[in-house]
Amino acid sequence: MTATAAGTGTGTGQRGDGIGYYGRPVLHDPVWKKEVPLYLFTGGLAGASSVLAAGGRLTGRPGLARAARRAAFGGTLVSPALLITDLGRPSRFANMLRVVRPTSPMNMGAWLLSLYAPAAGAAAALDALGALPRVGGVADASAGVLGSLLTTYTGVLLADTAVPAWHEAGRDLPFVFAGSAAASAGAAAAILGPPPEAGPARRLALAGFAAEQAALRRLEGRLDPVVAAAYRDGPAARYLKAARWLGVAGGVTLALAGERRRRAVAGGALLLASAVATRFAIFKAGFQSAGDPAATIVPQRARVRS
Amino acid sequence: MSTTELQPRVGFFTDTSICIGCKACEVACKEWNDVPEERHGFSGTSYDNSGRLGANRWRHVAFVEQPAPPQRNGDGQLRWLMSSDVCKHCDRAACLEVCPTGALFRTEFGTVVVQEDVCNGCGYCVPACPFGVIDQRAGDGRVWKCTLCYDRIKVGGEPACSQACPTKSIQFGPLALLHSRAAERVEALRKDGQPGARLYGADHGDGVGGMGAFFLLLDEPEVYGLPPDPVVTTRDLPGMWRAAGAAAAALAALVAAAVAGGRR
Repeated sequence: MTATAAGTGTGTGQRGDGIGYYGRPVLHDPVWKKEVPLYLFTGGLAGASSVLAAGGRLTGRPGLARAARRAAFGGTLVSPALLITDLGRPSRFANMLRVVRPTSPMNMGAWLLSLYAPAAGAAAALDALGALPRVGGVADASAGVLGSLLTTYTGVLLADTAVPAWHEAGRDLPFVFAGSAAASAGAAAAILGPPPEAGPARRLALAGFAAEQAALRRLEGRLDPVVAAAYRDGPAARYLKAARWLGVAGGVTLALAGERRRRAVAGGALLLASAVATRFAIFKAGFQSAGDPAATIVPQRARVRS
Repeated sequence: MSTTELQPRVGFFTDTSICIGCKACEVACKEWNDVPEERHGFSGTSYDNSGRLGANRWRHVAFVEQPAPPQRNGDGQLRWLMSSDVCKHCDRAACLEVCPTGALFRTEFGTVVVQEDVCNGCGYCVPACPFGVIDQRAGDGRVWKCTLCYDRIKVGGEPACSQACPTKSIQFGPLALLHSRAAERVEALRKDGQPGARLYGADHGDGVGGMGAFFLLLDEPEVYGLPPDPVVTTRDLPGMWRAAGAAAAALAALVAAAVAGGRR
């Protein structure tokens, strides 16, 4: 770190201070724990699987639709548990539904999950029971629409903070999560579904992974280099690299799997692991960004000067 | 801001040019509000060993040791800048706007306060605050910050920190009055050969709509650990929601393309 003269607006001017107030962060670190990136994964898997289930029903693929509904139901069971565990006062989780507040993506997400979960649950249950096919169709459609939003609102959840690496990526994070969740839904359906109907699942997995990687590239490219550093260094960069290679390996395995289930399971598992790594990369980038006073100060200072 | 204020909007004017770094405000705040103690060692950088604002520190005195501007003293001289930081009680408060439970609310005085019986410790307000003020208390799970002594001002008193301040560096009162007093003070300091004197947070056109606690500083805000151009994160929320909607549509399109192909 280099010292700067007093009044130049970058530091206290003392030797070894770094930027700002003795190089200390301006922002507090987020207090969220590993449950949050895991939820970003399970919520996305559930939501995108419901979209795939609706697509499977509409195109006459009952086996594919059933597999996707089961994946969605699994994600739906786990997601609220993860969110409640992460609270500082878990017993007060119901306070989330005390108000309706559009400026709080977390509040909107709580309402969304409260509407989506019964729809996804009903779709899976009616399918398993073979009962009320028409109601099942309505459940599939509702879960599909709500699920698509459940998949992408989480990008806004992170972006609606003062953390530069999240906030400045607000236009791109929903697309990263949409692509990643599509890959997960395709992978899960390829694992769980009947191989003869797995074609769409494989195609969705590959296209979703490609979309996720393209959105990540766009995200990094649009950020101020001082802010983008959070994605290029440290644990975030390592998770991103892991996500990329797990995804490539999974995609190739799945593409060559044909109707061989073992290969489909292996490829799908690699793609699911890749999606988890992507969520942890973005989660970690937020902590790195909040802890870096330059990421907060430099772009703001440039704004004030311009 | 709400248009149905029952009281004139009140706040703090912290004139850092007369702060002597005594930390009486930190102590008075802790005593009155029963804020838990913290263990901390030497920072090794200055006389500031209490670090920063957080769940257990609602006033924090920054202590800057820096080369003096040449026009004041000879080269090689040092000067000390001291400033008592506090929650800004923003006009557009990110903590309040992102709070999913309504635990954070706007009082009749225009201040921002956490209802501790409602907060469920989701932690959303923590990274939302552009100043790094509000934080979660370890072992408690809920978030805590300055209340501008809501209990004291409700009965006509003044906050503990401003009452304890021996130099009147921290002044409490109706914001309109404090603003005019601050403008005069900046003018006087500049005439007195302090060209770096400036107000921070007194402009209602800034990114947080003006601050209920504003400051007179002698150097750039970041020197004191304050962000130079804070913006309430929710200002950009409409564009983010549009992106989420577009991404949801893109997801549906990806699935449609995948199922539109052949059966295999």
